[in-house]
Amino acid sequence: MKRIIEIVKNNPIPVLFLVICVLGLWITKIPLPIFINDLITRLSRNTFLVLSLIIPIIVGLGLNFAIVTGAMAGQIGAITVIELGIKGLPGFLVACLIAVPLAIIFGYLLGKIFNIAKGREMITGFITGFFANGVYQFIFLFIIGTALIPFKDKTILLPQGWGIRSVVDLYNIQYAVDSILKLKIPIGRYFLNVPLSTFIIIFILCVAINYFIKTKLGQEFRAIGQEPHVSLVYGINVDKNRVLATIISITLAAIGQLIFLQNLGTVNTYASHEQVALFSIAALLVGGATVKKAAVSNALLGTLLFHSLFIISPQVGLKLFGQPQVGEYFRVFVAYGVIAFALAMHAFQVKTGKK
Amino acid sequence: MKKTILSFISTIGIPRIIIAGFLTFLLITAFVLGMDMKRLLSDSLVRIGRNSLFVLALLPPLKAGVGLNFGLSLGALCGLIGLVVGLELGITGINHILLASIIGVLLAVVIGYIYGVLLNQTKGQEMMVGNYMGFATVSLMCTFWLLAPFKNPSLIWAIGGKGLRTTLVLPEATGQIIDKFLSFSFFGFNIPTGTFVLSSLSCLIMYFFFKTRSGLSMVAVGSNPIFAKASGIKENTIRIQSVILSTVLAAIGMVIFAQSFGFVQLYMAPLMLPFPAIACILIGGASLRKATLLHVIIGTILFQTLLTITLPVVTQAVAISGEAGDITEVLRVIISNGLILYALTRKGGD
Amino acid sequence: MLEIKNISKDFFGIQALKNISLTLQEGEILGLVGENGAGKSTLMNILFGMPVIHETGGYQGEILFDGKPVIIKSAKEAMDLGIGMIHQEFMLIPGFSIAENIKLNREPTKSNIFSRLINKKLETLDMVTIREHSKTVLQEIGLGIDELLPVIGLPVGHKQFVEIAREVDKSKFSKVKVLVFDEPTAVLTESEAENLLQILKQLAHKGISILFISHRLDEVLQVSDRVVVLRDGEKIAEKNQSETNIIEIAELMVGRKFKRFEAIAELKPQIEDITILKINNLKVSMPGEYVNGINLEIKKGEIFGLGGLAGHGKVGIANGIAGLYPASGEIQFQGKPLKLNDPNAFLNSSLAFLSEDRRGVGLLLNEPIDFNICLTSFYIKGRFTKNLLGMKILNQSELDEYSKKIISDLDIRCLGPHQFVRALSGGNQQKVCIARALTMEPQLLFVSEPTRGVDVGAKQKILEILVNLNRRLGMTIVFTSSELLELRSISDRIGIVHHGQITDILPPDAPDVKFGLAMSGIKGVVQ
Repeated sequence: MKRIIEIVKNNPIPVLFLVICVLGLWITKIPLPIFINDLITRLSRNTFLVLSLIIPIIVGLGLNFAIVTGAMAGQIGAITVIELGIKGLPGFLVACLIAVPLAIIFGYLLGKIFNIAKGREMITGFITGFFANGVYQFIFLFIIGTALIPFKDKTILLPQGWGIRSVVDLYNIQYAVDSILKLKIPIGRYFLNVPLSTFIIIFILCVAINYFIKTKLGQEFRAIGQEPHVSLVYGINVDKNRVLATIISITLAAIGQLIFLQNLGTVNTYASHEQVALFSIAALLVGGATVKKAAVSNALLGTLLFHSLFIISPQVGLKLFGQPQVGEYFRVFVAYGVIAFALAMHAFQVKTGKK
Repeated sequence: MKKTILSFISTIGIPRIIIAGFLTFLLITAFVLGMDMKRLLSDSLVRIGRNSLFVLALLPPLKAGVGLNFGLSLGALCGLIGLVVGLELGITGINHILLASIIGVLLAVVIGYIYGVLLNQTKGQEMMVGNYMGFATVSLMCTFWLLAPFKNPSLIWAIGGKGLRTTLVLPEATGQIIDKFLSFSFFGFNIPTGTFVLSSLSCLIMYFFFKTRSGLSMVAVGSNPIFAKASGIKENTIRIQSVILSTVLAAIGMVIFAQSFGFVQLYMAPLMLPFPAIACILIGGASLRKATLLHVIIGTILFQTLLTITLPVVTQAVAISGEAGDITEVLRVIISNGLILYALTRKGGD
Repeated sequence: MLEIKNISKDFFGIQALKNISLTLQEGEILGLVGENGAGKSTLMNILFGMPVIHETGGYQGEILFDGKPVIIKSAKEAMDLGIGMIHQEFMLIPGFSIAENIKLNREPTKSNIFSRLINKKLETLDMVTIREHSKTVLQEIGLGIDELLPVIGLPVGHKQFVEIAREVDKSKFSKVKVLVFDEPTAVLTESEAENLLQILKQLAHKGISILFISHRLDEVLQVSDRVVVLRDGEKIAEKNQSETNIIEIAELMVGRKFKRFEAIAELKPQIEDITILKINNLKVSMPGEYVNGINLEIKKGEIFGLGGLAGHGKVGIANGIAGLYPASGEIQFQGKPLKLNDPNAFLNSSLAFLSEDRRGVGLLLNEPIDFNICLTSFYIKGRFTKNLLGMKILNQSELDEYSKKIISDLDIRCLGPHQFVRALSGGNQQKVCIARALTMEPQLLFVSEPTRGVDVGAKQKILEILVNLNRRLGMTIVFTSSELLELRSISDRIGIVHHGQITDILPPDAPDVKFGLAMSGIKGVVQ
């Protein structure tokens, strides 16, 4: 009993969400296999993206709202592969090959911007995401398909001949990764579809992050995250490491977005990436991470809880209020609310810590 | 000579020069294309009046050192509640406006106070916290619009019969009532007199407010909180006052906006509302540390005119259909966020 | 080992160091003493290549290390050369364990497949070795605590020893040749300090040269082979430990020919035998200051000087009374008790305070002069107001007139009352602060460090203003300054603060040595 109280005390947010999810499951009475199947799909889709947020937190950049730019790089890769007409796993790999260099460039620029706007990294990253989104829209709506960036595949262009359609079918790379190794587990009348290959990739990333923290570079990152000034005095190159951390994060986000898209099978050209930062960050925070502290376990637990809530809340809305929209709005509120709460707690702690 | 040009550029500020240049270019293009300049400019005037209070609302917190109020939508939501209650009760005309304003202001005082206390507790991260408080509240209000017991059939979804519609049309008697007040035509320009008188009056009041004891202490707190403390000024109280003032102005701003627009937009519509307003004051020349009434006025005129005339001019010039997506929307996103980014990355926030 | 030759440094025209030369032999402990502002920290900053030095135009002169001339541009370069430093403020990572801090950026690592393929930085940390080394070194310096404890909860004394452990450990693996100890005993208890001095000797024994900076003269004399005295950026003396004593060093540290200010000699004091301000057991918690039970009575019409070394509490007194930092105790002003921790009560009692932190507390740098002058009295007293539709608003024309007058009265060099304060020189900024305080029409004025960072001409002018206020207008002044000479030139009595309490109250013409000893906390040994 004492132990339980201890756990609740130390992890109030994850416990709260666990309670909400369990209550929700109980109210909606969704058959458990359906729920779990849905959850597995969502986990395979989103976990990688959530994991991309950990490194910037360790180095003290806070929540990286700018992973949107990584997601854009991923989408550019995905759409280019359609144009190139490469299918399946090779298509996915080529998309990565295109997305990763772009992400490195974005990450580098972003890291430089973060170094200019020290102390305001989060809001700067947030606004950079919006700004980049504007530029992205401009290019995809008004430039692609014109003489500036010619595009052969007319099927995904808008009727007037330029601009990408708002929804693009990604049949060519759909399940490219998921289908490498797939499990189908029968439970009663239902089947659980487990994209084992995707989970292996996620597992490798988890191990890699945990390993990285224990390296010399990881130790430098941790030191910078706590005391940039002291680190500088002891000869650690703070600015360079911050840029490096940003590049790692954005690159992981680009790959994460491609994993997300190959599972989904379609890309919402002008919307898919927009919510990436919101939902990934919210998931991480639900898992008990804070602006200063995050671990792989937070990401895994958070993705699990947050996406359970995602599945359940429209059903709850329907059951309790007769309107599924209530649940949909509620989950958006939860995402924003949990971020607002984490930011406020962080600022509050910084403020009281100073005294 | 070169030096004077450089110092001229640095006083005006690069963003202002770029925007003003772009605007001039658009106006010349419009003129060359033989477009209806009077209509373009009249439309601009309407939009300037419509948005001016939102921009003005940003001034007190900036002066008091709270920073850009990304939580402006909190005030706007108060105004929306006022408007919807008026609609529900079937009140129209000036009474509708007054009722909406009173309800909006009362709510805004309470909300502003709570929000101000929160921002005091999270000093140093006000912008990010404010932003997400705004987002969270807007999405929470979505469930309110769905579940609140509004009965008036013209407001709720025809099918299902529950929850407010996303867009509510204001009755004839309420729409543009302030815009049309004393409105006249001047060489073919339609001047939305009422709204202009109202925003000018607000600016004037604000001008004198910053000469009173509260107003000047706001400036002192924003400029140097420790100095203010040594002068016996209570920093936290002043900051809360500035946030309340901002929220109240945003609430009234929402009422003005809606009457001019003719519609009340609910649900996620107010989500991004603070961004164009912030862009306005930044174009006007404000920074995170320094903002004046002049910045508000210049910024609103430049940015709103730009937004108003871009779409017609580009459509005419390139002859593209609306199907290609709204280029104004894309430009708005790029310009407003580009400007905020510029303000954030200036050294020391000056 | 280390030779500093003719080093000079100025900050924006103010000379901080003049032609300093030092030598440090192998295995020698050199004590460096001096008042605050004597130039010790500037010298250390030069030695460590701190950005403040290079951002302000570098320095003149030469540093020879191991006989070779070097230019040190960053702390990293200093460390690479083999210069280590025990900092006054702790350079520790709070969330790391003691062991991790000791090995910070010098961690032993093991190579692995990724480090060989990609980058050496991906080598894994060898936690076992890190722990073992830390354990050994902690034992060596006599700090028997678990090396895996996080630094964050440690008592300050232990933190200091962790820093030392780091340098000792470093000296085993790389060439540490010179170690600088900047006030290391300030936070230690007596036995800890004793322990530290032993470690210093051991290190010197191993051939490491040590530069030991301290205010505690007895400690300096106890361990140093030689003592160098700095004063006003100049090297005043260099003595072998065996040939000197604490009294001589104290005298050298302070001793200057003091001169009464001309104006003060001319004008008669108007001191009345009435206690205008009575301070009883005042305690203030202000970061970096220590005010622990001040008892003091200020007479009406006097200039009372407050002196002492930095951090001992002289600056905290006025800040506490003015309500800027949490304070406790009893204050009586003009016979009435003054409410503490309330700037409003302070300002409403005809008191005013000129902060030592001119730019941080005293001014609104981004606002015009007239606004700076009027704000406090406008806010507190409602001066410069007029009515507009029932609202009280600022009366700009009255203010303009007043500002012009006071600008010419105090000789503030500016383009007019609407110029921004940021653009003014330090001296003129200080005059704006004085103008603001005068606009409050106070009975008693607290002035802290009014001449810090001000050029010589303006310094004279500011002191003259203070004298005029006192001698002609009868304003009581409590004048805090780190410059003893300046204190003695205009004060009627001088209180010396040591370790949060008043050690001694001396007349301005008391012998130098009395001041020197009072600053070290010793009262009236020499008759």
